[in-house]
Amino acid sequence: MFQFEFMRYAFLASTFIAVTCGIVGVYVVARSFSFLAHTLSEIGFAGAAFAVFIGISPLWGMLLFTLLGSISVGELSLHTDQKESSISAISALFIGMGVLFLAISGSNSRYATNILFGSIVGVDQQDVIQLITLSLVVLLMLLAVARPLNFDSFDHIGAVATGLKTGAVGIVFLVALAMSVSIGSQIVGSLLVFILLTLPASTARYIGRSIGAMACWSVLFALIGVWAGLYFGFITNWPVTFFIAVIEVAIYLVAYLIHAIRN
Amino acid sequence: MNQTITQNAVTVTALTMKFDAKTVFHDLNFELKQGSMTALLGPNGTGKTTLINILMGMFPATAGSYTFAPGIKLGYVPQFRNLDAEYPLSIRSFMELNGPLFKSAEFKAEVNHELIETHLDSIQHIRMGEASGGQKQRAYLAQALLDKPNMVILDEATASLDPVAKEELMGLIKHLNEKHQITVLFVTHDVPLAKKYMKEYLYLNRGQLTQGKMTTFTEVYE
Repeated sequence: MFQFEFMRYAFLASTFIAVTCGIVGVYVVARSFSFLAHTLSEIGFAGAAFAVFIGISPLWGMLLFTLLGSISVGELSLHTDQKESSISAISALFIGMGVLFLAISGSNSRYATNILFGSIVGVDQQDVIQLITLSLVVLLMLLAVARPLNFDSFDHIGAVATGLKTGAVGIVFLVALAMSVSIGSQIVGSLLVFILLTLPASTARYIGRSIGAMACWSVLFALIGVWAGLYFGFITNWPVTFFIAVIEVAIYLVAYLIHAIRN
Repeated sequence: MNQTITQNAVTVTALTMKFDAKTVFHDLNFELKQGSMTALLGPNGTGKTTLINILMGMFPATAGSYTFAPGIKLGYVPQFRNLDAEYPLSIRSFMELNGPLFKSAEFKAEVNHELIETHLDSIQHIRMGEASGGQKQRAYLAQALLDKPNMVILDEATASLDPVAKEELMGLIKHLNEKHQITVLFVTHDVPLAKKYMKEYLYLNRGQLTQGKMTTFTEVYE
């Protein structure tokens, strides 16, 4: 299958995205941001639809909306008692806007399907370069704040007690999360991007006992999912996203059951 | 050496704290000697944690001041941590959160030293989520000790522990005070425990503060 250029591009882009989402996911799960990641993917959908409406690449629309959304939702969820209700309200608003943008842009339903469910088999060279660059930017951002991010994500109270300035770290992470949602959506679609951002890392929590170990396991599970998903998608012509979802859920369930039996 | 021990670690002058119209405490004055071992006693809700948070610089007092002696390095073990039973990091990894991303041989040796000091070396690879209350408290303390403080503040560290775990933690704190001359401020409402291990007391009640030797402490409160 590697004789086809589109498959080579798909594998290359997916590999970088899986590594990025696998690592970001460790912090998403540690900070209990799974619901926020889900909301951001819906905001991303609205952004992509907006991009179609004004005639730019969906990726840039997603980046714009998720960046604005992550900061505002992040702030809101930190400063309100009704965290889940407020996030739900924002989700509803953005999905509604996404539907509107798609309708008034007059684009066909194929475009909407690509945004919602992913379209990695179809990226061109320029897309690949964009996705790899954005992945590297996210990874470098995390590396730059890794020490305080680790402390704050895994022991917020302890981090505050040692005088760490946790607010700035939180904002850097929200930006990294928004970018990860945008690039992850290119593979699995905005509706299912939280798969890559939460399931591999949740599975890794059952296995790893250090942040490094969890990050390695999370990346491994994300890579298994996207590589196998692309392969099965190629040979069956079924959606890649379907296979990625099934594989990640299967790995998670196995780890969960082993953990449950042991305890 | 004797001279340094009798110097003040912290001097608090006319410290007042108000939240809106409510006065938490008013005009507190006290000092803690270097190498001292002091219990901060008082009923629940009397402002002990507020006082500690001010000393830690987490928020400013309404009026008054406090001064730490030059060279005092504070370690703080807060009252609550939100680690659930599924918390994944091992005791060792949890401690290492308070350290560099890339661990030098020197840092690893320090972690090993604190693990032994806090009697956690044999269980360093079990998950914090699976550790007992006493083991967790010792891990919190060990994490703070990696900063090499010469003064530690512990907020209700024994509140949820069984008697055996309490004794073990207090023995450890006593050891840190006696062997390493670490100044200890121990927030608690457990008077018998404080009488057994602490030398001095600060008693905060109804916004007022009294200070004295632990053996002479006779207040009774809920």
